Amino acid sequence: MFTSELATVSYIGATILFILSLGGLSNQETALRGNLYGMVGMTIAVLATVFGPQVTGAGIPWIIGAMVIGGSIGLYAAKTVQMTQMPELVALMHSMVGLAAMLVGFSTFIDPEASKGFVGAAKSIHEMEIYIGILIGAVTFSGSIVAFGKLSGRIGGNPLLLPARHWLNLVGLLVVIWFGREFMNAHTIEEGMMPLIVMTVIALLFGIHMVMAIGGADMPVVVSMLNSYSGWAAAATGFMLSNDLLIVTGALVGSSGAILSYIMCKAMARSFISVIAGGFGTASAAPAPASGPAQPAGEVFPILAAETAELMREAKSVIIVPGYGMAVAQAQHTVYEITRLLREKGVNVRFGIHPVAGRMPGHMNVLLAEAKVPYDIVFEMDELNDDFPKTDLVMVIGANDIVNPGAQDDPNSPIAGMPVLEVWKAKTSIVMKRSMASGYAGVDNPLFYKDNNRMLFGDAKKMLDEVLTVLKA
Amino acid sequence: METGVSAGTAQRIGVPRETFPLEKRVATVPDVVEKLIKLGFKVAIESGAGDAANFSDDSYRAVGAEVIEGAAALWAASDIVFKVRGPSAEEMGLLREGGTLISFIWPAQNPELMQQLTAKKATVLAIDALPRMLSRAQKMDALTSQAGVTGYRAVIEAANAFGRFFNGQITAAGKVPPAKVFIAGAGVAGLAAIGTAAGLGAIVRANDTRAEVADQVTSLGGDFVKVDYEEEGGGGGGYAKVMSEGFQKAQREMYAKQAKEVDIIITTALIPGKPAPKLITAEMVMSMKPGSVIVDMAAEQGGNCELTVPGEAVVRHGVTIVGYTDLASRLAKQSSTLYATNLFRLTEELCKTKDGIINVNMEDDAIRGLTVTKEGSITWPPPAPKLPPAAPAAAKPAASPAAKKGGHGHGGGDSEPMAGSKLAIMFGVAAALFWLIGKSAPPAFLSHFTVFVLACFVGYMVVWNVKPALHTPLMSVTNAISSIIAIGALVQISPIAGAANRPDSLITWVAGAGIVLTAINMFGGFAVTQRMLAMFRK
Repeated sequence: MFTSELATVSYIGATILFILSLGGLSNQETALRGNLYGMVGMTIAVLATVFGPQVTGAGIPWIIGAMVIGGSIGLYAAKTVQMTQMPELVALMHSMVGLAAMLVGFSTFIDPEASKGFVGAAKSIHEMEIYIGILIGAVTFSGSIVAFGKLSGRIGGNPLLLPARHWLNLVGLLVVIWFGREFMNAHTIEEGMMPLIVMTVIALLFGIHMVMAIGGADMPVVVSMLNSYSGWAAAATGFMLSNDLLIVTGALVGSSGAILSYIMCKAMARSFISVIAGGFGTASAAPAPASGPAQPAGEVFPILAAETAELMREAKSVIIVPGYGMAVAQAQHTVYEITRLLREKGVNVRFGIHPVAGRMPGHMNVLLAEAKVPYDIVFEMDELNDDFPKTDLVMVIGANDIVNPGAQDDPNSPIAGMPVLEVWKAKTSIVMKRSMASGYAGVDNPLFYKDNNRMLFGDAKKMLDEVLTVLKA
Repeated sequence: METGVSAGTAQRIGVPRETFPLEKRVATVPDVVEKLIKLGFKVAIESGAGDAANFSDDSYRAVGAEVIEGAAALWAASDIVFKVRGPSAEEMGLLREGGTLISFIWPAQNPELMQQLTAKKATVLAIDALPRMLSRAQKMDALTSQAGVTGYRAVIEAANAFGRFFNGQITAAGKVPPAKVFIAGAGVAGLAAIGTAAGLGAIVRANDTRAEVADQVTSLGGDFVKVDYEEEGGGGGGYAKVMSEGFQKAQREMYAKQAKEVDIIITTALIPGKPAPKLITAEMVMSMKPGSVIVDMAAEQGGNCELTVPGEAVVRHGVTIVGYTDLASRLAKQSSTLYATNLFRLTEELCKTKDGIINVNMEDDAIRGLTVTKEGSITWPPPAPKLPPAAPAAAKPAASPAAKKGGHGHGGGDSEPMAGSKLAIMFGVAAALFWLIGKSAPPAFLSHFTVFVLACFVGYMVVWNVKPALHTPLMSVTNAISSIIAIGALVQISPIAGAANRPDSLITWVAGAGIVLTAINMFGGFAVTQRMLAMFRK
């Protein structure tokens, strides 16, 4: 049995291991070790708690039972998930953290032992911690469930914009604050229960409303934002239970998610505050078809798979820019085969990844890694943008807004100022798309009308298979 | 043969044989005839019009064009005439009263031609007057397409006159050094020449007074040679004038230096409406190695070289100076095909209804610019096109934030330091918040709060170092770590002996559910991260 001092020391050890774990992810070589640190840290933390003073023998069977059930579900899911489904899985996992935070909050609240020693200001703070902990947990839970629904296609990707939605949110907030006062003034658990439940319902609705209002392709921001929320939920739980390990871990996760959402916002030229507040999509909700003089005109030059293969064969350097379309079409393996063939022929093939390509940060990298594309030919936007003028051929696979020259040239464009991959500077670019439909931002793409651009229409996987066949022949 | 088509029925496009000496191009080719017919037009070709460009009468007939014997009959039968060169005096006589003509005109250089055209009440679209800055006009830009051909041909002529290989080789018979080519002027023709010469393996250098084309030169495999003039040009008030004098001197020096070093010089320097600038002096020619070649693409406008004889290839001081004025015609099949396509694109714009009747819509910027006379009145030069003039200027600031290095690095994403006032406000707000907390919170809370704030900062520092490529694993690992919330459930699950009115079994169930959820996350999160990371390989 651990004394509480020993448990605390173990918690410090676990904290260090968690920090090392995040630090390990700074590059691919140390990433696996980082993950290992995380596992060891988690094991230490759980064991120290289980054998610590607060868990008695009567709880052990419950713990083992729950761990076995949850663990097997988790391992099964981790084994079977497709890499293209990673965003869904991550969103679903966020919802579990949120729900767990809610449950822990409620059980703390109904446990008279937990608040036994608190009087005066300490008591109010403790109650406030419970209230806020459940609030964040509930928002994370319902928001993540909706995000999961959207990412897995169970809910439509279009933003649902209720009229006066900002006012709705404001009213919700005021009600939550008012009931918070009621809750703090309650003397018994029974009295406090009602405001707590009302708040939970409002928080759940708020979470749903917030994510429903966000369009499908803005998901990278949402997913990382929910990642952040789940961390804050853990931190709030830590305050509630006076547990520093939870606070530290929650803060680590929370700031990590916040940074990711900040990076995503930068990459889409949007304001961080408006996203964190959930008021997202206001700017893009009206992509102003009347954006006037900047409507690109001209004509597009379609191309066939055979000609594409011809261009690839003649090129000395090729950059492939993948987008969500590649994930949807599951084309990454064909992309790899093409890459391999070209590299064998001495063509310099590289990949250019925009920060918001795909549905979550780093999504494209994982897909390419899955398809065995070596990571040292996969580059970030900034690393590659200067090389486009020296590149013979750029293949844009299922991406649109991230290669839109309008973001740089047209100050009236809804995506003006968004950093983009400057593919139009290459000698030739080929855009693979299903049709001429515009991207999620609803902006027409002047790239398609450039003289040195060709359009390869059709399903990405099917077209690339055709290209591969020609290349092999 | 019917000679007129009344309004309402399809118009006939006529393509006469070019009569200008050495001109071998033809204004339309069989492939394009087919497309014109699809637009609803009838197409007539003068017999033999395509012969010089290797398009036989039969090939036109095969795609549905009529072949008409004799220029007079053709001009009479045509509502619209497509030509390459502007009309000659006889052709002016043949042009139908009120007819339409599309060809090169050069209205600024040919005022009397313009007068004759107005007298005929003709509607004339001068393909050279196309507003080239309109992006949708690019497909009709015949100047560009023809310049590309001439640039290519210039290199071929140079190679023909040059006695050596272009590319360096090491053969059994000894080492061959690569030819050095200098190209003066990096417009469309110059760029085409750069690409062609580089493709043949030569060392290519190029210069242009517009420094911004340096990138294009490099992208085609050439080296951009700068005129070194800035040191001399740093004068005070009369900046531009001093600059230009110093510039010209420096430019001459640079050319003289290049002339000594290179084997081939190709010049394409033209100033619109003026004789070509004399860049290569007789001394420079004398300083070149014997057997060197100069191709003067500006010969028609007098030539960039003092010794150029327009229309001929001559040898002066051991240097072959090629002054052909018909470079495009020396690749007639290619240049005709491109020119025909340009005209077809223009026809498409003129006939949006696809009913075989053109509509010279003066509201359209591109067509307005092209139209130099309309029904007998001169409409050239056109008013400034209705382009938003602010656009290029505004594009610069919009582009600059994008060019900024994005946020990957220690300590933050913003490469620019925050404005002082903003920073002060933030510090103020933070100080007020901290003061509030410090005033009201109990010490136990404060110690947790300390830990919390420090942890936020540690997280901030650590996470900025994570590679963007690993953001997905980062999310799944933080997800797994956030299942640390399990501890909250773990400490609650055990019933507490002796605690009165604690709903033990309810708490146990709720906490148990919490453990199940977090366990899913914990095991699933770490396992899936492991799976993902194992896939990353070099």
